[in-house]
Amino acid sequence: MAKKNEGYLSAKESRRISRENRRITNAYEKQRKRKNVPESEYLTEMRDPNNAVEFDNLHTYFFTDAGTVKAVDGVSFDVPTGKTVGVVGESGCGKSVTSLSLMQLLQRPQGQIVEGEIRLNMGEKAYNVVKVPNEQMQNLRGNFISMIFQEPMTSLNPVFRIGDQVDEVIALHDREGLSKEAVRQRTIQLLEMVGIANSQGVARMFPHELSGGMRQRVMIAMALACSPRIIIADEPTTALDVTIQAQILDLLRNLKDKINSSIMLITHDLGVIAEMADYVVVMYAGRVVEKGTAQEIFANPCHPYTIGLMASKPVVGKKVDKLYSIPGKVPNPINMPNYCYFKDRCEMCVAGCEGEYPCEISLSPTHKVSCYRYYDKTDKGGDR
Amino acid sequence: MRNFLIKRLLLSILIFFFVVFIIYLLMRCMPMSYVETMAQQLSQAPGSKPYEEWLLQLNAQYGLDKGIIPGFFDQLKNLLTGNFGDSWKFTVPVVQKFNEVIWVSFTMGGIAFILELLIAIPLGVIAATKQYSRTDYAVTVFALAGISLPTFFFATLLKLVFSVQLGWFDLVGLIGRDYNHLDAWGQFLDKAHHLVLPIVTLVVISVGSLMRYTRTNMLEVLNSDYIRTARAKGLSEKRVIYHHAFRNTLIPLVTIVGGSLPGLFAGALITETLYAIPGIGWTSYQAMTAGDIPFSMFYLSFLAILTLAGNLLADILYAVVDPRVRIA
Repeated sequence: MAKKNEGYLSAKESRRISRENRRITNAYEKQRKRKNVPESEYLTEMRDPNNAVEFDNLHTYFFTDAGTVKAVDGVSFDVPTGKTVGVVGESGCGKSVTSLSLMQLLQRPQGQIVEGEIRLNMGEKAYNVVKVPNEQMQNLRGNFISMIFQEPMTSLNPVFRIGDQVDEVIALHDREGLSKEAVRQRTIQLLEMVGIANSQGVARMFPHELSGGMRQRVMIAMALACSPRIIIADEPTTALDVTIQAQILDLLRNLKDKINSSIMLITHDLGVIAEMADYVVVMYAGRVVEKGTAQEIFANPCHPYTIGLMASKPVVGKKVDKLYSIPGKVPNPINMPNYCYFKDRCEMCVAGCEGEYPCEISLSPTHKVSCYRYYDKTDKGGDR
Repeated sequence: MRNFLIKRLLLSILIFFFVVFIIYLLMRCMPMSYVETMAQQLSQAPGSKPYEEWLLQLNAQYGLDKGIIPGFFDQLKNLLTGNFGDSWKFTVPVVQKFNEVIWVSFTMGGIAFILELLIAIPLGVIAATKQYSRTDYAVTVFALAGISLPTFFFATLLKLVFSVQLGWFDLVGLIGRDYNHLDAWGQFLDKAHHLVLPIVTLVVISVGSLMRYTRTNMLEVLNSDYIRTARAKGLSEKRVIYHHAFRNTLIPLVTIVGGSLPGLFAGALITETLYAIPGIGWTSYQAMTAGDIPFSMFYLSFLAILTLAGNLLADILYAVVDPRVRIA
């Protein structure tokens, strides 16, 4: 590898990498494009039947011309049925890639899931989403898993009417053979459910005639159309102003309870997490550094990164000259260090930090952290 | 919509006025005018008047003794009253000559244009959906070869292979030697047969850029957020591409299609010359080099009107495919 002059690749090196990449990604694509795959190949068992989704040691890599980017590198966490799991972390830490892996909407062919399982609870059976072929995946998307995106302004097709876009998803996953009128009826219902007053009129409008908040409501209506088991909300309020944010979050929470599904809420706003989430997963550089119930994470943040995150949010009534920020920057995703990824930015290093990447330590049945500082606090320290 | 149309029409008239003025100005500024050539020829005849006298007489006769501005208004008045005059070079009424030559060019251009759309758009879409695959590279190479080949070279190549070596087509011309002995259907087939090579030339030369354009647009659309939304709904890849993406790809393509309306009537100068097809491109070229002001004026103002109409049409089509520009 061209380690000496980092960031530069010779043409020869680059060609070798892209040839190698093509070989690898072609193999994955071939696997995925097969037709008539027997169901047994992707059937699996949930570890805990109360979970809607289990991520187990998920590895999602991007095979770029500059090298392999390990965007998600061994992520494991559960999304219990009916609960909200907040995933926090800074930009580029793999939050979105984790959710896109669940949707199988990664940028293909560069992005591939190379290892691990994502188990999706379908009621009487469970699927391993990683192995589900394209054809079957189209059945799951929008039906069992749905997603609300970050950018309501651009997430709706500008040339089709709102009603038609919502109709489409209902008709697609409809198992009862609804008539056109019945589908439209359901669309109107959904639009009313997400708090759009003039639902008849809005159904006939084009996206550009609506505000950002309205469009996000339409996106939510689309996501909820088939009462999915899990809703992925990828920074649903980032592009909206604060008053609308609160409304949208309220709406999401109420609707989730109504149809009894789970939410995987991706955000970097700790305020949103505190308000919405039952469980919190903190990610850093493609790995989970800490996870636990919202109570545990907010009352007792343990990983230095989580502590830094908490410290860098403004607190009402506390006067500071300058908001705290975590020093340093995220390591290069192509050449990750072989020690703790956060070590170079960490202000609480201990002697053990020189060693390999720390394993997960249980502080309580639900609270887990990957940090050397807790190795001596439990008897489990340093196994694995 | 009506206000918009009226505004656009009025604007078009203003633009047309200036375009015609510029055309007239350029024609008058040509280094060798038709009258000068005539005067030179006439003065060389034995026992003739000297060049200067001929020049004066002819200038008065052809209305070139006035300044450019009054001359222009005379011409404009003629154009507007439908009095297009006689062609100086061809010595027949302008409209008659135009009518004789335009339909060959129009047929050729029209067929080539339809073929171009039929080939370029599907190929562009396929190349975009299979980006960086073998199909994409093959289509791209074909398109770039088409773009880079000079017309004269490619036409010559076609002639060498299909006319000289295989003998399938005549080398040049629009009609065969026994054209007059054929019945109506035979005459039609004969002409069609002669138009094959020119049309192939036109299509291959121009299909590349439209295909590349479609591909670029399609790629841009396929990477947009709403396509991801469509996929997240669980739609099949086919529906995503041909329903959700294609409508959006059409928006910029409409500009191109609207813009090529005058191209149908403009003729193909090089291709027509190479295959000796008496179309408008070739004829207008002859008229212009001879300094034939009435014919050139008529032809160029006709094109100007078509260009303006094409733009207006593109704007209207825009509103058809893109609801965001729909005007209340």
